[in-house]
Amino acid sequence: MQKVYSQILQISGDVITVEAKGITYKELAEVKTQRGTSLAQVIQLDGEKVSLQVLAGSRGVSTDDKVRFLKHPIQVSFSDNLLGRIFTGSGDPRDNGPHLTDNMISIGGPSVNPSKRIVPKNMIRTGIPMIDIFNSLVESQKLPIFSIAGEPYNELLARIAMQAEVDLIILGGMGLKYDDFIFFRDTLEKQGSLSKSVLFIHTASDPTVECLLVPDMCLATAEQFALQGKRVLVLLTDMTNFSDALKEIAITMEQIPSNRGYPGDLYSQLAARYEKAVDFDGAGSITILAVTTMPGDDVTHPVPDNTGYITEGQFYLRGGRIEPFGSLSRLKQQVNGRTRSDHRTIMDRMIQLFADYRETLEKRSMGFQMSSWDDKLLSYGQKFESELMDLSVNIPLEEALDRGWRILAECFEPAETGIKESLLDEYWPKESVK
Amino acid sequence: MFSKQIKKGIIKEHKVKEKLREGKVRGVNGNMVAVEFNEKVMQNEVAYVVVGEEKLKAEVIRVKGKRADLQVFEDTTGIEVGHDVEFTDELLSVKLGPGLLGQIFDGLQNPLPQLAEQHGFFLKRGAYLQPLDMTKEWDFTPTVNEGDKLRAGDPIGTVPENMFEHKIMIPFDSQGELEVTKIVKAGKYNIEQSLATVKDSLGKSIDVKMVQTWPVKIAIKAYVEKLKPTEPLVTKIRLIDTVCPVAIGGTFCTPGPFGAGKTVLQHLLSRHAEVDVVIVAACGERAGEVVEILEEFPELIDPKTNRSLMERTIIICNTSSMPVAARESSVYTAVTLAEYYRQMGLNVLLLADSTSRWAQAMREMSGRLEEIPGEEAFPAYLESRISSFYERAGLVRLRDGKIGSVTIGGAVSPAGGNFEEPVTQATLKVVGGFLGLSAARANARKYPSIDPLESWSKYTSFIDADKIKNAVATLRKSNGVGQMMKVVGEEGTSTDEFITFLKGEFFDAVYLQQNAFDKTDESTPAQRQRHVFGLIDEILRQDFSFESKDAARRFFQELRQSFITWNSLAFDSEDFKKREDELRAKISSVCSA
Repeated sequence: MQKVYSQILQISGDVITVEAKGITYKELAEVKTQRGTSLAQVIQLDGEKVSLQVLAGSRGVSTDDKVRFLKHPIQVSFSDNLLGRIFTGSGDPRDNGPHLTDNMISIGGPSVNPSKRIVPKNMIRTGIPMIDIFNSLVESQKLPIFSIAGEPYNELLARIAMQAEVDLIILGGMGLKYDDFIFFRDTLEKQGSLSKSVLFIHTASDPTVECLLVPDMCLATAEQFALQGKRVLVLLTDMTNFSDALKEIAITMEQIPSNRGYPGDLYSQLAARYEKAVDFDGAGSITILAVTTMPGDDVTHPVPDNTGYITEGQFYLRGGRIEPFGSLSRLKQQVNGRTRSDHRTIMDRMIQLFADYRETLEKRSMGFQMSSWDDKLLSYGQKFESELMDLSVNIPLEEALDRGWRILAECFEPAETGIKESLLDEYWPKESVK
Repeated sequence: MFSKQIKKGIIKEHKVKEKLREGKVRGVNGNMVAVEFNEKVMQNEVAYVVVGEEKLKAEVIRVKGKRADLQVFEDTTGIEVGHDVEFTDELLSVKLGPGLLGQIFDGLQNPLPQLAEQHGFFLKRGAYLQPLDMTKEWDFTPTVNEGDKLRAGDPIGTVPENMFEHKIMIPFDSQGELEVTKIVKAGKYNIEQSLATVKDSLGKSIDVKMVQTWPVKIAIKAYVEKLKPTEPLVTKIRLIDTVCPVAIGGTFCTPGPFGAGKTVLQHLLSRHAEVDVVIVAACGERAGEVVEILEEFPELIDPKTNRSLMERTIIICNTSSMPVAARESSVYTAVTLAEYYRQMGLNVLLLADSTSRWAQAMREMSGRLEEIPGEEAFPAYLESRISSFYERAGLVRLRDGKIGSVTIGGAVSPAGGNFEEPVTQATLKVVGGFLGLSAARANARKYPSIDPLESWSKYTSFIDADKIKNAVATLRKSNGVGQMMKVVGEEGTSTDEFITFLKGEFFDAVYLQQNAFDKTDESTPAQRQRHVFGLIDEILRQDFSFESKDAARRFFQELRQSFITWNSLAFDSEDFKKREDELRAKISSVCSA
């Protein structure tokens, strides 16, 4: 019984209303317009009035266009055929590959039973010292990268995607500039990582509603791969665009806004996505890294603020570097005690000394006299910035730790570092480097 | 009239269910479903929306003419206009009885491990399980005889549950005096078996079982009177116990921006607080944090009882990705369980993390109901809901003269870390203690990151009030000097001022800050706190004379190092005494005569 409805009562924003019977909440429909066919999703039922959001946008929808209900919610095909493919937010191919229709699974499924989760114990190595040493990324962690427009956050994501030791990468682009999409695709292709990746891309010129589907598409497929025992890394860029799309739809639906126009359920909406990060007891895992651009570099803006309450730490990307202060990986203690015996000490001491360096910089700019200790700190800080902080540095954790010792040895006497003697004996570079 | 409805709801539970009243779905908007009904509905009644094989639990939250609005505790995908709705005649309730301790429930009291056994990795929609084991047999010992006259809440006997004598009580909603007409002998019974029969003044007989049902949104009031909380609750966290103490039966809140350590603080409280039962309500927060408790608690030993901490703990877990409506009910479920154990004369601590998520759930629902919004779109009844929740805490005298208590500590997650927002402000009006967490302290790695100068408490500490007042005054002065030095530099301050500054920093570093990774320092019992604070007080009042600021700084640095080591030595050990003597000697060496 595939009844077609051809009387659209209302068109407002990307939401259309028809009168229909026997419609289920959140089911899909097809809207045939002059410009082609688009999918639409039921978002409200009120008696016989059915409101749908049109995924391709309502532009060009006329009141006598045909709406056909499909009797199922939004689904995505899941199989190994996904690998190496690029899709739009509604699951259509964006590359020249075929449409996939086998083994359709629903998106936005139920949440994981907390008693089936385990405390994560594996580190994900990225080759970026600022992450590996100072804020280790842990399997099943959900971490945002707080940044502002213009920072190289997509470059950082692409690098992590290429270097992280995971089985699969799923990239979700929301409101991505077309250039950035090409950048991701080409980088993955060049490095040969495309064959273990799946891309769901919504570019800035695509309909808003598709933007909302990208995280769910990514996470639903990630979940299936994880259940097969795969370690999946999901990269999302940019969650602020996703939140803005939520805002747009909420306002169209005449919902009462709560804070700067965002809907009251922004926290729940973000959490429903981020909480998909999981380490299954007896299967694989999902790790989420997501870019959140902060409008006006304001961390109290509703999007970064709500995100911070949900995620397990955050990386601040500022001036092209991962800022050591404010950046935090809440799960690092789970892994950095088991890497190398000097890991935690190097992490703590180098950051404390770097904090002293920043203070010295301030003192210098205020015109205070520099002591010999200040000079040591200045040379230390410069080395730290160029040899460890710079994003171009790409070395494994052990080498990074060794480099840390070398920098310390080049700038300080062993006793000045405040590191306990047993560690100094073991790791302090033997030959004089000065 | 309300209490009549409750009574009816509960008694129905015991009877054979009659045919349920029905309704039809008329609209769906998010987790709100509009239903048309024929006969009648009851406000806050539980109903089930029938979607094929699944029955989704829902609660009536508004009635208008022949239409009722229901909040559904599950994902509403697939609900259709015209679907059946079954009304149950019961308010949203929990089951109370032996076997609650050590369990992990969701917001509707479904046991999560059992759900996982049956349905695997994911929370299956519409799957509800019995919260208590119906077949397990408990050793019942009666404490009443036939002919005894009892009232609601009076025990008829006990069963051993972990380290407690779990009292089996007359249903809390019973009216007037009841006469025991039958009581079973001591022996093994399951929770559904009738243990006693009591007759009320009208001659109606009521069966008493181990299990009883209670609606979560109504406070249990089967006690003689509510008392003023005066006795301090020892949390073993020095900053709290000294500067902003919490009372047994009191309330407090811990607001703080993200990353300030709210959850870590709640975990520390749940581990170390000197209470009988701890209920952790993880409400709308990260699932990973609950998993940490789940893995950690069974391994940790409670020094008081020598049993695993899990045996005194109940976890109510509705994490942020679980359905929003159940988030609201989770705090009520938690407080009802707390009140139940209070009725046995136990001290219960309820920790809710975070009440902001609960308030947000109310806001979401209010928006869907198209109610006129208050500040930041929170509903106008936000304040009254928050205060009636905290008012369920309290110290009560029971009918047998015993004292029981519920202490409530709520974490608040203010948007943007700004304490001016509505949830924090509504909470501050009703709580007895404000333990404000500061991002600045957390960034400086000063834990616990409660701001000692901003926080306040209306309760009294077990440490002498005058001494505390002096210490806080020193800290305040020190803080002022610190601020001033940022502008004028060290050279712009007098030596006296500088010493005050050092004293304040010292007090903060060795006493207010506590190392959660150190086995001994992590928790400081009351006796040790009194002892250590005695020495702190002497130091703060001492007139020191130093040759130079550098000498003063060096002295305090050394004293601090030595004091921190002292903190991690076992109380009353030889080393502890020796170190104390060294500290005292060091202090007297620089005293001005």
